[in-house]
Amino acid sequence: MNNTSKDHLVDLYLDNLDLITENSAEVLNHARQEGIESFKLLGFPGPKSEKYKYTKVEQLFRSDYEKYFSPRKITFKVDDIFRCDIPSLDTHLALTLNGFYLGNPTSLHELPNGVVFGSLAEAAKKYPKLIQEHYNTVASTDDDGLVALNTAFAQDGVFIYLPKGVVLERPIQIINLLMSDENQMVQYRNLIIAEERSQANIVICDHTLSPAEFLTNVVTEVVAKAASNVDVVVMQNQHNQSTQFSHLYARQERDSVFASNTISLHGGIIRNNIHVLLNDTNCENHTYGLALVDRNQHVDTYSFIDHAQPNCVSNELYKALLDDQATGAFNGRILVRKDAQKTEAYQSNNNLLLTADARMYTKPQLEIYADDVKCSHGATIGQLDQEARFYMQARGISEREARLLLMFGFAHDVVGKIKIEPLRERIDELVNKRLRGELSRCHSCPMHCC
Amino acid sequence: MLSIKNLHANINGKEILKGINLEIKPGEVHAIMGPNGSGKSTLSAVLAGREIFEVTQGEVTFNGKNLLELSPEDRSREGLFLSFQYPIEIPGVSMVNFMKTAVNEHRKYKGLEPLSASDFLKLMRERKELVEIDSALTNRAVNEGFSGGEKKKNEIFQMAMLEPKLAILDETDSGLDIDALRIVANGVNKLKTPENSSIVITHYQRLLDYIVPDFVHILYQGRIVKTGTKELALELEEKGYDWIKG
Repeated sequence: MNNTSKDHLVDLYLDNLDLITENSAEVLNHARQEGIESFKLLGFPGPKSEKYKYTKVEQLFRSDYEKYFSPRKITFKVDDIFRCDIPSLDTHLALTLNGFYLGNPTSLHELPNGVVFGSLAEAAKKYPKLIQEHYNTVASTDDDGLVALNTAFAQDGVFIYLPKGVVLERPIQIINLLMSDENQMVQYRNLIIAEERSQANIVICDHTLSPAEFLTNVVTEVVAKAASNVDVVVMQNQHNQSTQFSHLYARQERDSVFASNTISLHGGIIRNNIHVLLNDTNCENHTYGLALVDRNQHVDTYSFIDHAQPNCVSNELYKALLDDQATGAFNGRILVRKDAQKTEAYQSNNNLLLTADARMYTKPQLEIYADDVKCSHGATIGQLDQEARFYMQARGISEREARLLLMFGFAHDVVGKIKIEPLRERIDELVNKRLRGELSRCHSCPMHCC
Repeated sequence: MLSIKNLHANINGKEILKGINLEIKPGEVHAIMGPNGSGKSTLSAVLAGREIFEVTQGEVTFNGKNLLELSPEDRSREGLFLSFQYPIEIPGVSMVNFMKTAVNEHRKYKGLEPLSASDFLKLMRERKELVEIDSALTNRAVNEGFSGGEKKKNEIFQMAMLEPKLAILDETDSGLDIDALRIVANGVNKLKTPENSSIVITHYQRLLDYIVPDFVHILYQGRIVKTGTKELALELEEKGYDWIKG
């Protein structure tokens, strides 16, 4: 009975260890042993795991996924097959293909102000001490088998370093492309280090460029040091045959601001984990997310906001719009530890079901051990407001348009939090198209999955 | 323009309208008064096309068309406008988006091209001035966080944008202070043309000092029991509804 995908993956690891380490860097290899041991111990989160109650993980890690342990040699120019669809967004661009950094022409970019971004493996070779100090210190391999698995397998990904006091005007955009003729499993790792008083906006876009099935298991670690300000927008836009486990871990130091906004525009099965540790006083955290789910898609979000120190503020808003037979889940845990006096923590989860068959499971959780705090949490699951719909119809707006306006308004609450204007406008537009049933892909996507 | 004949309507099996007859010609202002529960709001809701009411008998023609067969949006596009007694808050939907969609749907119905962004904004600006609505209100979500008075002004603003042939003002005066009442009434009067008509539903004679009706009807227990001129409203104000009930 136990000849599971777990054993298969452990064997896969052992069989390919040479290839895995060869195509990575010492610092990452160093952490692998711990990762695989931990995975052996933890295995996949099972049905009894409260945290993964609504996503059956193990069966998704099918053994028929191909796994490549060296970067794919590409014979085409990426520009020929993929063009970012936010032309007015002027960014520093970082591209990955199936989890490996795509150098264009070099894989490590060093900007004049000391900012480094590019391949994590390359950076780990060039700055081993810096990476060693931070890699695998925010994510934890000992409580989530999937993070352990990622630590064992991850060979590359994107690295971003912001030196002290540097304010990056242009956002850094990471575009993760999946393209393959065969079904593929992809595991990679991102590391973002924001030194004291540095500031940056980071945009992460996930795309699938071929119809094969993809399984992604990605871990992103963010270290936000004192008074830094890091803003991450994630746009997940993959096809129906994709499965994605995305783990975002952030550790915030004194006076820092960290914001994340995860827009799950399209995908097959998406599981987003967000862990934020408010590790010192006066931190500010914003955790936002929006999921647009239809047909048989599934989006499951787990968030854990850990108030470990006093005088921090966190603000969380998640919304999901579910159509057809789609399912969604939200499990949001806020922990206010004993020492975290004067904490302000707010959480809100609102969901709209457009059909009688769509399902949403929500569990807002607030655990408070300090006695001088301001906290609130709440969740709603509802339908489109009939009164509002009639009001619009009474102004000559068709029922369909009225529904669309309401859905769009519902979604805009989250999209409106995006600070970069061209990005916000573009995502608004993609959301609008998505709700209208037009494929909300970027123009370059070859997929016709809707 | 509007002809209502023997209109009966139910909600949840309970008959509220029990045979309404009403003729409205272009340019006329009709006031409908009556005690609580007499069916005033039901009448306006039935005319606007609310699905929760079931019309069991009678007919309504509006500009030669069978109104009862039209969807709520088509009634609006044909030129019927209901100013809601309780305007709905729609968080997340901006006034601009809402109005632009409404205006362009009306244009599409008439076979016209959508307004350009600049023409639309110009139209908004003009109509805002006409009804003296605060500019800031139109930058917000529809009615969200508006005061009672602001909501009513917003109804009149929407009316100004859509230029209806027949406006039904359902207790537009309720919850208004005297200044807001004057502004709302001024808006209605400025929009008045010899072709368009209005039905003013109110409890109080006060509104009729500002919007002067050609006819006053008294609705009681689902029927129009008395019709007169504006003097009838004054008489009501003095005597109350009891003399009607008796």
